[in-house]
Amino acid sequence: MAEIKAYELAKQQREISISEFFLKNRHLLGFDNPTRALMMVVKEAVDNSLDACTEMKVLPEIKIEINQINENRFIVIVEDNGPGIVKQQIPNIFGKLLYGSKFHSMRQSRGQQGIGISAAVLYSQLTTGKSTKIYSRVSSKRPAHYFELQIDTKKNEPHIIKDDEVKWDKDHGTKIEIEIEGRYLKGKQSVDEYVKETAIVNPHATFVYVTPEKEKFEYRRVTEELPREAKGIKPHPYGIELGQLMKMLQDTRANTLQGFLQNDFSRIGQQTAQEICSKAKLKADRKPRQLENKEIELLFKSLQETKIMAPPGDCLSPITAELLEKGLRKEINADFYATVSRSPVVYRGMPFIIEVGIAYGGELDKEGQIRLMRLANRVPLLYQQGACAITESVSETSWKPYGLNQSGSNLPTGPAVVLVHIASVWVPFTNEAKEAIAHYDEIIKEIKLALQECGRKLSIYIHKHIKAAEQREKIDLFEKYIPELAVSLSNLTGDKKEILQDRLQKLLKKELPSLEAANGENGKEK
Amino acid sequence: MEKMVKRNKSSEELKNLGLKVVKDIEKNKNPSVIVPIRALSNVIFNEKTKTLELGDKTSTRYFFNVAHAKKFLQTIEVASISKDLINEEKHASLRDVFYMAKRTIPGTNVNLVDEQSESDDIIEDLELITENSREQLNVNANKNGSVVGKVTIEDSGDVIRWDKLGSGGWSIPSNVEEIKFKKVDAKYIIYMEKAAVWERLNEDKFWDKQNCIIISSQGQTTRGIRRLLQRLYEEFKLPIYVLCDFDSYGFYIYSVLKYGSINLAHASERLAIPSVKYLGITSNDIEKYGLQKHLIKLKDHDLARLKQISEYDWFKNNKQWQKEFKAMKQNGAKAEIQALSARGITFISEKYLPEKIKNKDFID
Repeated sequence: MAEIKAYELAKQQREISISEFFLKNRHLLGFDNPTRALMMVVKEAVDNSLDACTEMKVLPEIKIEINQINENRFIVIVEDNGPGIVKQQIPNIFGKLLYGSKFHSMRQSRGQQGIGISAAVLYSQLTTGKSTKIYSRVSSKRPAHYFELQIDTKKNEPHIIKDDEVKWDKDHGTKIEIEIEGRYLKGKQSVDEYVKETAIVNPHATFVYVTPEKEKFEYRRVTEELPREAKGIKPHPYGIELGQLMKMLQDTRANTLQGFLQNDFSRIGQQTAQEICSKAKLKADRKPRQLENKEIELLFKSLQETKIMAPPGDCLSPITAELLEKGLRKEINADFYATVSRSPVVYRGMPFIIEVGIAYGGELDKEGQIRLMRLANRVPLLYQQGACAITESVSETSWKPYGLNQSGSNLPTGPAVVLVHIASVWVPFTNEAKEAIAHYDEIIKEIKLALQECGRKLSIYIHKHIKAAEQREKIDLFEKYIPELAVSLSNLTGDKKEILQDRLQKLLKKELPSLEAANGENGKEK
Repeated sequence: MEKMVKRNKSSEELKNLGLKVVKDIEKNKNPSVIVPIRALSNVIFNEKTKTLELGDKTSTRYFFNVAHAKKFLQTIEVASISKDLINEEKHASLRDVFYMAKRTIPGTNVNLVDEQSESDDIIEDLELITENSREQLNVNANKNGSVVGKVTIEDSGDVIRWDKLGSGGWSIPSNVEEIKFKKVDAKYIIYMEKAAVWERLNEDKFWDKQNCIIISSQGQTTRGIRRLLQRLYEEFKLPIYVLCDFDSYGFYIYSVLKYGSINLAHASERLAIPSVKYLGITSNDIEKYGLQKHLIKLKDHDLARLKQISEYDWFKNNKQWQKEFKAMKQNGAKAEIQALSARGITFISEKYLPEKIKNKDFID
């Protein structure tokens, strides 16, 4: 009896603490300053829209609008053509933290903890006291629903202010209006940049974005091809941690250890399951819940030591090299593009795919460091660049052989954009704000391999085109030097400058082959 | 009349340089100029005259060469500027020449000259190519340096007494060729690298008490000062003593005065004074006057420079100097002239200098 009471208490305590946890730790979730908060709200809403469209297999059309009410107050409106949400679920999805179907599935998706959009609602409530407005419709045969919601922070429950059926010209889709305190800035960490990068890595989606300054950006889709649907998978034994194994043993529906291993993990069959049990010196018919801690440790060790097939790659949905290039081409005006999409590999049992794209030359800024775009499961990472494994991998790659300048272990310099995308069932972020990838050796190694592969393509281009152009530029200088020399010389000797200039021009034609052959390095005066 | 001839001569030589280039162009050849090399590799120490001379190594500067083109253009442009100056009978400073040459070449982001050192360098090349001194090319350096002593001169029609010019002394122009010495009453000359030390000695009326001339510059000795010293030596046979810091840069200032400079080896004849003697600071002074606590630690570049100097042909076999170099290296430290002030502000004028000169405590 007392035990049941304790469990109930524990449950309640946990629910109370989630909303309060947010209050105290909103920096962990990315709502720590007004500029970032504005970006986060847009990001959470757009992530949800894109995921919803992927599930329904529709080509996303997403409209983002930010209205500035006064200096530090904004209304963010995000509207999609996704499947919509059934009426009963709307309050839970938007009005309850940690609610969502993604938390328990092992599938590549944008959000993972289901904390995102409801955190935005809570942030709105905290900063403006306003309710969040939601329109949603699942089909033309059903009415559209309109909700005004708040979150009961003590109970972590949605508090419904208004619940109506309304007319809506869309057959299906969702629209959310959130009023928040924020600040709109341009630059590397802005909403503008977030939308742009999102458009690059989602070339199948169309975005219409209206900024607070009423500028309208349209990012048109360049492919009708939907991203491959990522299949859900069970955890792979190599990827789990001891605590996770303990929890799985408690939660399992299987009655025997062997059954647990076969049912709850991917890539474990009957034979492998028996092998794991015997290595751990545990009977295959043991009840999973009754294992002692020591035994669980043995089981965990045995799981790591037994040879188990790598997980299937079909749980991942890469952008693909072809579409990544299309995405880069449409949004970045450069002279050269190269993209690489690697095969799936595994860190801690989690499959992941690294994709890299490089755009070079054209209108890109020649001065300073390259522009690094980091993305995880098609979501741009705009903050904490310095703490990210992607940044480390790019900095530690030696770029000089590929034709970019670099001083020490810094980001290379030159007119280039380097985009790195990691697609994984479970992207290891350094913290809950999900802005930086954790430093796993396997991930860093794979990113470097992808960068090198892309770098080799870049190097071929640079050496063929750029070096030739530089040489050409130097030779062109002679055309400019000739009139100067003619003037000085004419002044010195009294010869006619027009004649001198003419003769020098002819001489240049004669000398051209040897100038070009010298490749800009005629060396010292001898 | 003689002046007129001279002017025409240097102007003609500049023109000849241009005509040679025009000839190349007419012959459909890559235009070039031959420039004597001004570097240690082309400097010879003449044991007989005890001065540095320029060797006969040359380099060829081509117009149609990606690496030479800009310097070639600078050479012709500066030659043309100099020729105009001569014809118009105007003198310009090195700084003026820099600004006269400096411009952005139309249609490019390239400047004909970016730094004054570039045009200075070309002037020195032109001196060699045309065998005319900078002054003959009508280009002067900034005036630099002060002198005081019981001397009366005539300069551009003005009669000037060096001992009646207060605390500043007479400032030495960059061209001293036209100066006439009317009266010189002095037993010797002290040249020092530090203006501050000169001010000390002037305030103490050292030159009056000791009946000498004191001259200073700030850092490297300009050509005007070197030529002035040379004329005072040659016309009045006054001994010249050099007072420098005990460090490799001080040693080189002495070396330039005595033997000529590597960069201007071609002008040694007009500038070097083989009879000058080094007065101090020496390693012996440091011990004798108790300066051990007032030394400055040598840095890597000091040591590198010291090694270079100790290997110069004109120091290589000089035992006295090798002893100094060795002492500095062993001490790992250098000493400034002003270290003497640790013994009292007038120590240098009342004790150090009179004692050294009386005892003929010099290095040759």
